[in-house]
Amino acid sequence: MSEQDAAQEAAEWVGAFLTRRREQIAQRWADATLFRTVFTLSRDESVEACKTVIDALATVATSGRLDDITAPAFGTVRDQLGRMAASRAWTGSSSAQIADEVADLREPVTSVLREEVTDQSDAAAQDSLLALTVLMGTLRLVIMETTLMAGEELIERQRQQLMEVATPVISLWENIVAVPLIGTLDSARSQVVMESLLDAIVAQRARYAILDITGVPTVDSLVAQHLMKTVAAARLMGAECIVSGIRPAIAQTIVQLGIDLSSVITRATLADALAYALGQQGVEFSSGPATGAGTR
Amino acid sequence: MSAPFSGQASPVSVLALKDVLLVTLQGELHDGMAEQLQQDITERIANNKVTGVVIDISGVEIIDSFLGRVLAEIASITELLAARTVLCGMRPAVAITLVELGLSLPGLTTALDVDRAMELLARTAPAAPPGSEGRS
Repeated sequence: MSEQDAAQEAAEWVGAFLTRRREQIAQRWADATLFRTVFTLSRDESVEACKTVIDALATVATSGRLDDITAPAFGTVRDQLGRMAASRAWTGSSSAQIADEVADLREPVTSVLREEVTDQSDAAAQDSLLALTVLMGTLRLVIMETTLMAGEELIERQRQQLMEVATPVISLWENIVAVPLIGTLDSARSQVVMESLLDAIVAQRARYAILDITGVPTVDSLVAQHLMKTVAAARLMGAECIVSGIRPAIAQTIVQLGIDLSSVITRATLADALAYALGQQGVEFSSGPATGAGTR
Repeated sequence: MSAPFSGQASPVSVLALKDVLLVTLQGELHDGMAEQLQQDITERIANNKVTGVVIDISGVEIIDSFLGRVLAEIASITELLAARTVLCGMRPAVAITLVELGLSLPGLTTALDVDRAMELLARTAPAAPPGSEGRS
């Protein structure tokens, strides 16, 4: 009971200490790597940011919930430091680096505390030092959590972008659309490809759809299965599907894996596939004129 | 099974356009109706001079495995009776669902819409007088 009281007292003391020495700590923190690298433009801004964090820490300390990362006062810290940590993460710092930078914030505060407490062996002083350390540890945790969350958001956003960017449906000719597939085909991506291809078939009234797999690094049975599904779905919509861009190595793999693509029309290159689709439509093209500037 | 489509508005309409039967399906089709349709079409092909059947499913939002099988059967039956069946107007979502279910309906001829289906039938008309092929 008395121990708890002592801890509470120490926490409150730390809260008061932080409020009292706010200016001094802020000045020291402003020179720490974390703040200095984010607020490159003006030091005043950096000091202001430090003060916000110190105020929040003081509130947490006064409330006595030193090791509670869900303490409401940490909301402000999350906002402030989280944005800074996120911007550090964006520029390529690893989580460990950011953690170290946050850990560096502890030193200036404790040294200020030591200056104030003359009698180091005093039990109350020990308690408040401990409380301060716990508080700084919690701060570090909060920031790590925010950083990780920012990282996850980044990954999610990039995955979304990749999904959209990597599957354009190109209208090659009247009635002919093509999808150049790039990168590994997983279920999620092949679903997107299938949807956008089928929509394009309807929108452009396409008779032929060319799936070009030149940019697909490897074809295993799963990828082949995705391809076959797309081909089957396009056929159900009344379009004929041609798979092109099968590199020699991939052709060998397909045969060695025993994947049966005999129900699919395949061509070696996109040009061959286009020639086939045009030929099927009765479009005639003469062999290249040697006269240079052609007439169209 | 010989009972006609029950009282309410039928989701199926069968139109005869010259020698082509245009079958339009709409909304949800009960199993009984699908079987009834199969019988109906078979009789009309046998009794009238029908060379092609166009089944328009642009108004159908769900095709289950039963309806899929019935459609494939209709195609086989018309083939037996020397006519051709073209399935047309399938929605992208329906196509994806069918493929995910493993029903790629391999025996069926498909077209984008009724227009294309008619064109396809005209192009591949059986017993066309010799020498008139080509031109599409």
